[in-house]
Amino acid sequence: MTEKPKMAMSLLGGPPPVLASPFRRDMMGIYTLWQRDVIRLWRDRIRLVGSFIQPLLFLFILGGGLSPRMGSMGVMRSGGSLGYQGFLFPGVVAMSVLFTASFAGVAIVWDREVGFLKEVLVAPLSRTAVVLGKILGGATNSVVQGSLILLLFPLFHLHPSPERLILAFLVMILIGLTQTSVGVLLGVRMTSSQGFMVLMNFVILPLFFLSGALYPLDRLPGWLSVASRLDPLSYGVDLLRWALVGVHYHSMVTDLASLCLFMGTMGVLSVILFNKTD
Amino acid sequence: MIEAKDLTKIYKSRRGNRIAVDGISFSVGEGEFFSFLGPNGAGKTTTIQMMVALLTPTRGTIAIDGLDVVSYPHQVRQKIGIIFQDPSLDDRLTAWENLEFHGRLYGIDSKTRERRGDFLLGVMGLGERRHDLVRTYSGGMKRRLEIARGLLHSPRLLILDEPTLGLDPHSRRSVWEYIHRVRKEVGMTVFLTTHYLEEADTSDRVAIMSAGKIVAMGTPDRLKKDLSSEMLSVETENPEALTSYLLKTYPALDSQIRREGENLLYFPLPPGGDLSPWDLLRTLPVPIREASVRRPNLDDVFIHHTGSALKGGDTEGEKHK
Repeated sequence: MTEKPKMAMSLLGGPPPVLASPFRRDMMGIYTLWQRDVIRLWRDRIRLVGSFIQPLLFLFILGGGLSPRMGSMGVMRSGGSLGYQGFLFPGVVAMSVLFTASFAGVAIVWDREVGFLKEVLVAPLSRTAVVLGKILGGATNSVVQGSLILLLFPLFHLHPSPERLILAFLVMILIGLTQTSVGVLLGVRMTSSQGFMVLMNFVILPLFFLSGALYPLDRLPGWLSVASRLDPLSYGVDLLRWALVGVHYHSMVTDLASLCLFMGTMGVLSVILFNKTD
Repeated sequence: MIEAKDLTKIYKSRRGNRIAVDGISFSVGEGEFFSFLGPNGAGKTTTIQMMVALLTPTRGTIAIDGLDVVSYPHQVRQKIGIIFQDPSLDDRLTAWENLEFHGRLYGIDSKTRERRGDFLLGVMGLGERRHDLVRTYSGGMKRRLEIARGLLHSPRLLILDEPTLGLDPHSRRSVWEYIHRVRKEVGMTVFLTTHYLEEADTSDRVAIMSAGKIVAMGTPDRLKKDLSSEMLSVETENPEALTSYLLKTYPALDSQIRREGENLLYFPLPPGGDLSPWDLLRTLPVPIREASVRRPNLDDVFIHHTGSALKGGDTEGEKHK
C-alpha cells in the first residue's frame, strides 16, 4: 500500500464539512441568493442612476406641465390643498418600485440564459427557497430604487412626519414584494429575455396606468374602475399616497388585505410553477 | 457508484415524441473514470440531467451511491460535483464569491468553505486572481474555477459534461492537466462526456453512445482489440475508383471506409481470411501514392459501431449553441 500523497488529505480528507440541516440549508440558500442580488446591484450602480431618470421625467415634465391645468387634487392631511405634482409624487415612487421589481423576473430569465440558474438548480436546495431568495432580492432592489425617489419629497412641498416616512417605506416593501412576485411568476417559465420584455410591456404598463398613479380613482368610468380594482398596484399607490399626503380612495384595510392577497397568490403560484419546471 | 437500468427519456411535443435516451443500462464503480463518447444529440447531456435530478426519467431508474435519484434528489446532489457543458458562473461576482455562495447552497459550514476554497483555488492556479470579477477571466480560467467549485463540497462523484468544449487547445490541455491531477490525488469517481477521442482514451471504461443508445462499452483497449484488425490509410489519385473497388471486393467494408481530405482513404483490414495488409495493397487496381498501416484507435471503434465519424463534432457544438 503506497502512502497517499499529501494533497489527497487536503482535497477530500481533513475534517469533514459540517452540513446544515435541510431547513437551515434552505434558509442559508435564501439569504445567499438575496445577498447575490444585493452585491450585483451595488456593482451595477450605473444602472441605478440610469433608472433614476425616468421617474424624474414624470415628476418634472409631465407633472410640471400638467399642474397649472389641474385644480386641487384634494385636501392634504396638513390642511393645505394638494397640487398635481404633490399628487403625482407617491404614484411615481410606486412606479419606480414597480419597474425595478418587474426586473426580478427578467433577472431569472437572464440567470437561465447565462447558465447560473443551473448551478442553483442542481444544488441540494428546494425550489421554494430559490423563488423566495429571488423575490426578496428583487424586492430589495426595488425598494432601494424607490427610496431614492422618495428622498426627493421636499422638492414637492411635502412635509410628511418621520413616522409617515417610515410608513411609506414599509408600504414600498409591500409593493416591492408584490410586484417582484408578479415578475418572478412571469419569469420562471420563460427561456428568452426578449420574450420576457415583450410580455412585460403587456403587463407593466397596464398595471402602471390603472394604478391611479397619474389620476384620482374616485370618478372613473365603470369599466376603468373595475380594471383598476384588479390592479394590485392601485392599492399600493393608495397606501403610499395616504402615508405621504393623507389622500386616499380605499380604506386602509382594503388596501392592506388586497396587497397581501395578491402577494401571497403570486408568490405561491411562482413556487408551484417553478417546482413543475424542468 | 452509478447504477442505471433501462434509463429512458422521451421528450413529448406537439410535433411528436423524440427519444433522447433509449433504454440504456450501465454501472460505474467507485473510483472509476468512466466516459460517454458520442456526437452531439446522442443523449449524453440528457443522461447527466437525469443523474442530478434536473430531468425525470420517462422510464427506468438511476441510482447514485445506492440512492434512487428521483426519490432522494437532494441527498444525491450533495454527493455530486458537476461541471456543465455551458458556463454556469456568475461573472459579475468574484471567483471567491462564486465559491462561497456554492458552499452555502450546499449547506457547508464557513470554516470548511474557507479552508477548501482557499486550497482549491491554489490547486487550480487561481489563488492570485480570487478577488477579480469572473468576467475578466479567460475561458480556461473559468473552466478551472468551475472545477474548483464542483469539488468544494467534497463530492463522491465528479461529473464533467464536455469540460473542454469551446476552449482553445492550450486551455484544453491545461484543464486536463488539472483534472488528471485531481483524479490522481483523490481517486474519486469521474463521469465524463466528450466527443474528443483523446479525452475518452484516458478513461478506465468507455461507453459509445449514438442516437440515445449505448452501442459499445468496455475499456478503450478492449474496444480497440475487438476490432481485431489493422487500419489502413491509402493515398491515391482516384479515391472514387478505389472506394468502389473495395466495396465490390470486400462487402464487409460497407460504411467502414472514411475519406479524409481529397485523396486519403481510411479503412480497416477486411475481416476473415488471412489477408495481410501487404496482400491487399498489392492487389489494388488504382495507383497508390502512399500507404500506411496502424493499430485501430477509438475513432475507428466509433465508426465501426455507428457507421459515422465523430470528427466535426466541435463545430457542431458551436452551431448547436
